[in-house]
Amino acid sequence: MDVAAARPMPAPGARSARWRRKLRKIGFGFSVLVIVSPAILVFLWMLSLSLKNEIDNITYPPVFIPSELTFRNFVQVFSENSMGLYFWNSIVVSGLATLVALAVGVPAGYGIARTQAHKLTVLILIARMTPALSYLIPLFTVFQLLGLNNTRTALVITHLVITVPIIVYVMAGHFETLPRELEEAALIDGGSVWTTFRYVALPLARPGIVVATILAFIFSWNNFVFGAVLAGRATRTLPAAVYNVLTFEQLAWGPLAAAAIVVTLPVLLLTIVIQKEIVVGLTHGGIKG
Amino acid sequence: MNAAAPTLVTRPGFLARRRRAYLLFVLPALLVVGAVIIFPWAFTVWMSAFDWKIGSVAHFVGLDNYTQLATNTRFLESILHTFYFTVLAVVFPLILGTAAALIFHREFPLRGMLRSIFTMPMMATPVAVALVWTMMFHPQQGVLNYLLSLVGLPPSLWVYSPTWVIPSLVLVEIWHWTPLIMLIVLGGLAALPTEPYESARLDGASEWQLFRYITLPLLAPFLIVAAVIRTIDALKAFDTIYVISQGGPGTASETINLYLYLQAFAFYNVGNASAVVVVFFVIILALALLLLHVREKAKWT
Repeated sequence: MDVAAARPMPAPGARSARWRRKLRKIGFGFSVLVIVSPAILVFLWMLSLSLKNEIDNITYPPVFIPSELTFRNFVQVFSENSMGLYFWNSIVVSGLATLVALAVGVPAGYGIARTQAHKLTVLILIARMTPALSYLIPLFTVFQLLGLNNTRTALVITHLVITVPIIVYVMAGHFETLPRELEEAALIDGGSVWTTFRYVALPLARPGIVVATILAFIFSWNNFVFGAVLAGRATRTLPAAVYNVLTFEQLAWGPLAAAAIVVTLPVLLLTIVIQKEIVVGLTHGGIKG
Repeated sequence: MNAAAPTLVTRPGFLARRRRAYLLFVLPALLVVGAVIIFPWAFTVWMSAFDWKIGSVAHFVGLDNYTQLATNTRFLESILHTFYFTVLAVVFPLILGTAAALIFHREFPLRGMLRSIFTMPMMATPVAVALVWTMMFHPQQGVLNYLLSLVGLPPSLWVYSPTWVIPSLVLVEIWHWTPLIMLIVLGGLAALPTEPYESARLDGASEWQLFRYITLPLLAPFLIVAAVIRTIDALKAFDTIYVISQGGPGTASETINLYLYLQAFAFYNVGNASAVVVVFFVIILALALLLLHVREKAKWT
């Protein structure tokens, strides 16, 4: 539109067009608000519950802004309910399961990418489709025989079900995007396949490894049912502990909400680091579009 | 392949040796996958032919576990619950996720930050989320009934009502997973060509017609991928249902997964539970293949 010509004397039509544009803008802003508010409300409510005292939490109608800001709920779950131990269990289990998966998964992703052995990714698809519970029945039985139930070792082994497929899938995709010229040159210069991988491909793949590591760690961290079935009192991971130990019968809403925040905050923080690659992780094995 | 003289790299023996070396890279992962994924599978299929409770002797019963499931009303009802839950938990996130993607595809202030907030639910730990929703569903002190009263609606029993428990659980599922659909569709929108829109606009097409006859067909492959993933995940939903309703009240929200859990880890009926796993997997596989078949068809038209 010719702005200079339109400015001095707006025609009646131009005026209503401007109004319509304004209305459309407001309508659009409103739809943004509607679509984002459920996420904001639930997280804010969680935060509000954890920072209020018990009187505020059980009054009706609900109070959103605490009448008195308190961190007592957080203190309580850590001091009286060994939240620290469960936190440590989660870090050990998810950390080790991710490390083992990196050790076997990164070379595997490389092998798949360089041999175009895409049939192997079908295995990953099947792993994605199988309900987690179905791995548990056989593994539970075997751990029973080996006396491994209620140990962190059993949990780490079981969490490999989650971490290995993700890392293999993300790394295979990532190695495929890397240029092959450097590797070819190294091979022609007499490098072995291993040294080429170790000194040429691996350093280039660092961004992919970071993404794969974080994704594997998040999914392992979020897993509930493996810990709920296989862990003992002292070896529970955070999500299992939040359900089994910190129950509605024993605890008030404030400490429970505080516990929920402790469980999920690390994951939300990690998410910010890998914003863009999250989709890859969640759709892994989900057939490329 | 070009017809140049064979170099070191393209000589057949060299390539074969290299291929073998690469397969060595895959071997450790294959061993792990064999131990924690394939072995459990084989074991499950094997166990499904036995009548076995943990702590007692296993009897070979052939297909008895399966024939019993076929007449087990509790199991059959759990299949119905699962389908009911899945249909709702696929359709609503698909519609809302597409709408959200159309919104986030446009430029507006704070878009990046708002998109991050919008996608937060899908990474949040399901158990933690379920705990907060349990409090929100509370019929007396819950914030949801308060919100209903603000808009003049009568309070609901939410997950304490046999009729409303599944829709209420779907509400959590929608909140949790709509962002994933949004991100998949957003990826599709970014890949759309601009020419069809320009020519359609010249022909005087309305915004709705643009969406209905250009955007939607071009997005179809992405929507189907999203539907496949959502279907698989909804069928497998466990954490939120288990934490919020434990399959109750009664068995009103007992899905296949919940039934499976009870059989295996409350009653220790390993044989029976293994048969449930096999049937469950067949259902998941059948639905995924069906949706992929739809996708192949959509490609041809």
